[in-house]
Amino acid sequence: MRMFRDTWLIFERSLTLSLRNPVWVILGVMQPILYLFLFGPLLNNIAKMPGFPPGGAFNVFVPGILVMTALFGSAFVGFGLCDEMREGVVERMTVTPMSRVAMLVGRSLRDVILLLVQGLILVGLAIPFGLEINVGGVAVAFALLALIGLMMSPVSYTLALVLKTEDSLAPTVNGLTLPLLLLSGVMLPMSLAPDWLQTVAKFNPLYHAVAAIRALFNASFADQEILWGVGLLAVLTVVTIVIGARSFARAAA
Amino acid sequence: MSAQPNTQPAIETAGLRRTFKGRGGAVEAVAGVDLRVNAGDIFGFLGPNGAGKTTTLRILATLLPPTAGTASVAGFDVARHPRQVRERIGYVAQSGGSYREATGREELVIQGRLFGMSKAEAGRRAIEILAALDLTEAADRTCKTYSGGMRRRLNIGIGMVHRPAVLFLDEPTTGLDPQARARLWVEIRKLRETGTTVFLTTHYLEEADALCDCLAIIDHGRIVAAGSPDDLKREIAGDVLTIGVNGSGDEVVKLLAGLSFVREAGLEDGLVRLYVDRGEEAVPAVLRLLDSKGLAPSTMDLHRPSLDDVFLKKTGRSLRESAA
Repeated sequence: MRMFRDTWLIFERSLTLSLRNPVWVILGVMQPILYLFLFGPLLNNIAKMPGFPPGGAFNVFVPGILVMTALFGSAFVGFGLCDEMREGVVERMTVTPMSRVAMLVGRSLRDVILLLVQGLILVGLAIPFGLEINVGGVAVAFALLALIGLMMSPVSYTLALVLKTEDSLAPTVNGLTLPLLLLSGVMLPMSLAPDWLQTVAKFNPLYHAVAAIRALFNASFADQEILWGVGLLAVLTVVTIVIGARSFARAAA
Repeated sequence: MSAQPNTQPAIETAGLRRTFKGRGGAVEAVAGVDLRVNAGDIFGFLGPNGAGKTTTLRILATLLPPTAGTASVAGFDVARHPRQVRERIGYVAQSGGSYREATGREELVIQGRLFGMSKAEAGRRAIEILAALDLTEAADRTCKTYSGGMRRRLNIGIGMVHRPAVLFLDEPTTGLDPQARARLWVEIRKLRETGTTVFLTTHYLEEADALCDCLAIIDHGRIVAAGSPDDLKREIAGDVLTIGVNGSGDEVVKLLAGLSFVREAGLEDGLVRLYVDRGEEAVPAVLRLLDSKGLAPSTMDLHRPSLDDVFLKKTGRSLRESAA
């Protein structure tokens, strides 16, 4: 089917171009690595506090850092699209019979691959710090990270198609990601938060993603948060992909 | 999918309109355009900035739906069958189309594949185009290393990969040095041999004159003139006499407009411009009259009407000033 073929073509092209200039991929993983080394150790003492969720400090912290990496790895992908738009690449492809869904999904899949690689590096580096892993849990956790990427990158591409320049995209994306990040319990678990803040956080899909990934790293497969996280993200991913593909179809006008 | 010369026009529009909603109400960028472009022609589309040139081009290339009217390209209606149109056209935007981090070959291959070619087929076609456009040596370098002329040739190459029946070129030579421009003209002329219909916009009238079989001038969203360059020039019968005067140009225009052989007189860029029947007779008569009033012209130029004169007459502006 044309859609799958075109998706593969755009994925292949995007990945080739990203790997030709891997500086952004490397910078993207540097920040979470710094958090891991310079912030993670602080949690060892906090982990003894009442209200801290089960599992060692790093089993609580690393899932948060992974979600942060997935968020940043996908929320800023619109910048690359602004660049392509300025060079006329998007318009050029719009005047081909190619699938509009492929224009979006091909790029988003590239973003997902890159953030999964970053995630693997982080997990590998965190094991010496005391991160305990189980294969099944990590596999499902990475599927969730992929869903975060598939959900967020269409948002970023849609904003890029509408706003067109990096200058207007930057504050918009920042304004969107910061509350998402603060209300997700990435840095410190939300269980330490006052009730009202916990209530607000429950409306944040990333909060559930973090909770689900923590449960998965602890092999607590019965935890309801896993179903919540996967279900919520899956539904939202479908929504953002539909909106994103329509934006590409309309980018012409 | 290759273009066969036939009697059906490559492009035909009827009452084409496009309105944009602005802050001060609706703006009609294209206000009823009727165009007909014969298959296999190189067609030039001229107009001052903001005249509706780009909007028309974008409608024809399926990038923008028309508000009213119809347009068919390569036999298909752009609004009802955009996909069929896209399969048969190439579009080279002013913004380019090639990505600076990609190589020329990569861009040609992906374009071919997006049009359904196999990897091997697209690879062969890329080699063919690279050779034709003298880009073989640069094929595997990223586009950011290309000169302006090379990049422009590549962009046109990308538009030709799938052998479109109609190729749209939006100001293909703007910003190029004269050598690179002449080079590109050669490539565009070559397209005629393959039967491709070329629809190009340009700011350079000498380009339209040199390249185009047929052209149309658009102003305020309407076609104000259409025909072959020669036909259009012939419409301005006689010669064009431009006179530089010190002092009041308006007065001189009024004075000279009274002469029997002057068909039209006006002031343009500080120069008095006369359309006269027979230039060689007009010059001494004009000089005598000016002399009798104690006026001495600073410059005087007599020439056959050029497309500049056509443009000026039809739009009231010279293309150069409107392009600036």
